[in-house]
Amino acid sequence: MVAVTEITASERDASHADAVTIPVDRLPELGGPVKMQTRDLKLWYSDKQALAGINLDVPERQVTAFIGPSGCGKTTFLKCLNRMNDTIEGVRIEGDVTLDGTDVYDRSVDPVQLRARVGMVFQKPNPFPKSIYDNVAYGPRIHGLATNRGDLDAIVESSLQRAGLWNEVKDRLGEMATGMSGGQQQRLCIARTIAVSPEVILMDEPCSALDPISTARVEELIDELRDNYTIVIVTHNLQQAARVSQLTAFFHLGRLIEVNDTAEVFQNPGESMTRDYITGRFG
Amino acid sequence: MKAGSGSFFWNVDIAVSLTFFTILLLGLACIGFFMGRRRATVLADTQSAALHSRPVYHGWYVALACGLPAVVIWITALVVGDQLIESTMIASLPQDIRDASGPVLNRFLADAETLAGGGQPTIEITPELEAAARRFGNLRTLEHWIGFAGALGLGLIGFGLAYRRLSVALRARQPVERALMVVLLLAAALSILTTVGIVFSVLFESIRFFSQVPIFEFLFGLQWSPQIALRSDQVGSSGAFGAVPLFVGTLMVTFIAMLVAAPIGLMSAVYLAEYAHPRFRAGAKPMLEILAGVPTVVYGFFAALVVAPALRDAGASIGLSVASESAVAAGSVMGIMIIPFVSSLADDALAAVPNSLRDASLGLGATQQETITRVVLPAALPGIVAGLLLAVSRAIGETMIVVMAAGLAANLTANPLEAVTTVTVQIVTLLVGDQEFDSAKTLAAFALGLVLFIITLGLNVVALRVVQKYREKVD
Repeated sequence: MVAVTEITASERDASHADAVTIPVDRLPELGGPVKMQTRDLKLWYSDKQALAGINLDVPERQVTAFIGPSGCGKTTFLKCLNRMNDTIEGVRIEGDVTLDGTDVYDRSVDPVQLRARVGMVFQKPNPFPKSIYDNVAYGPRIHGLATNRGDLDAIVESSLQRAGLWNEVKDRLGEMATGMSGGQQQRLCIARTIAVSPEVILMDEPCSALDPISTARVEELIDELRDNYTIVIVTHNLQQAARVSQLTAFFHLGRLIEVNDTAEVFQNPGESMTRDYITGRFG
Repeated sequence: MKAGSGSFFWNVDIAVSLTFFTILLLGLACIGFFMGRRRATVLADTQSAALHSRPVYHGWYVALACGLPAVVIWITALVVGDQLIESTMIASLPQDIRDASGPVLNRFLADAETLAGGGQPTIEITPELEAAARRFGNLRTLEHWIGFAGALGLGLIGFGLAYRRLSVALRARQPVERALMVVLLLAAALSILTTVGIVFSVLFESIRFFSQVPIFEFLFGLQWSPQIALRSDQVGSSGAFGAVPLFVGTLMVTFIAMLVAAPIGLMSAVYLAEYAHPRFRAGAKPMLEILAGVPTVVYGFFAALVVAPALRDAGASIGLSVASESAVAAGSVMGIMIIPFVSSLADDALAAVPNSLRDASLGLGATQQETITRVVLPAALPGIVAGLLLAVSRAIGETMIVVMAAGLAANLTANPLEAVTTVTVQIVTLLVGDQEFDSAKTLAAFALGLVLFIITLGLNVVALRVVQKYREKVD
């Protein structure tokens, strides 16, 4: 392990060579049950390897944060968890990803069904150019979760309530979602994801396009959602990782360098590279 | 006649003098450019001071000062000169011709001009005509020499003045850039003015038509037979101008064309934009667009010689009588021609839907088909509708295919298997060949053109509005 102070491209490549991804026997003990698990997960974009054998346990009903410099593979890894990489041309994946013990890459698993269980919130708010109501009702309609209008209304209301958006939009559910503020749009996207009743919610830098007040609201929301959902969040904001997550995983150049209780990672990092990153010496 | 008109050949040939003059003026401006540029450089060196404008602008400054006024004075001289020539000519004509009616006088003047140019006049050559032609030739020559000398003189004066004004502090860039802007403005204005000119000429001729045929009869009459009787006992020459059969025919052919083009175009666009491998799309899209590059006349004889007989035979085999020139033959081939319009515009609209929306839908557990029908197509719908409207206006204005394959007889029918005729076909048949430009028959073409113009303009405006609204929505 190299103590990296001022990292250049060649030095980074050098450190790349001897940085080691965490082996299974060094994964931390989790207090509760494991919701998702990856073993030796490797991914290539065409012939460029982006993930180098990741082992990770995602604890149920907790928030797991992925941190690391840009291009370290954390979003790529996140998208492996609900097979959103399937739609990208030239991607090849090896290794295991399990949800409640079932391999999600098994032939018998339909990615469409998987994504209903493992929902996703994207970096940039991406509401459909439809009404607020139709945005939230989109998933339940597709999956036939409501048999009549009353059921659907109830799902929409409870989803918006859980996303903390109900009071702001209850009188204008018919208005275009694209007319809302960025922060409202992102909470709408969260409500839309919740409406399908997923078990896991993946969030890819959900606050990077939001102002500080909207960010604080979304962070509160994540904290509340933890009671019912397993949440995995990718973030560039280290304070945010420290505030909202219970487990933190540090990625670098396609390797998982360190994973531990959030408090432990931030106060007493086990690897010098992690310490350098969280103290802002590179990244 | 050639030998006889030999004496008129000392006329200045307008084309030759114009070419010569243009080359001379361009050469002068070029010299001005290089001299101005060099002088600016020399001035900066000898006075070792910074130029306000770069040397290139000094060059342009001299070139423009030389060229622009010369061109303006040349054009003015020609315009004013032509007016003067005409009034002088009329004043010098013998009394009996001067007192003749307008058309006779105009024809006499036109023939004098033709004769002066060495051409063949339409009336018999009389001594009066020869004298007039000679006078016309003299005046024309004089006009050109005056315009030429004035322009050249002004060019030289502009050259000299501008060259003397060159100095280190001269703000040469500002006038040059302003002149450039004016030139660009003129270029833009020219295309707009041309359009306006066309619209007005069509409009005025239409008004002349409507003074002969009531507008109500034209718009709602059910009988179209524009042949004016030469003899009172001629058959089928009532001269009726009811355009409804043409409108119905146009609508039917357009409808059939859209029936072919809209589904095929949309489905191919969805395949290309949503399912096709990027490499396939890169190859297939230009191939589809080649369809749009096939000359319409080729589609026309394809429709007339291949599709129409095939349809007739197919119809006969199941006991239907299909006319050898039928709306369905013309419409279906036109539809094939329009497919690339629809698919290309729809493909653009689909490609403009951000991928984040597809991700959002897939991330919620929607299938690709659900994503396309529920998210991508609705988001692209305004663009698709606009594309369809543009395709409709293209179909309405299309001429060659219907001329060849739809027929000439103005049947008022709702049966697509019969021959129908369209607005464009009738315009063509009304204007083909030598025509008098003041008969109702010819003027009817302008009225039809006006209707066509209003319909396609309306469709284009609606399409543009739809696209604009769509932009607001997505932002």
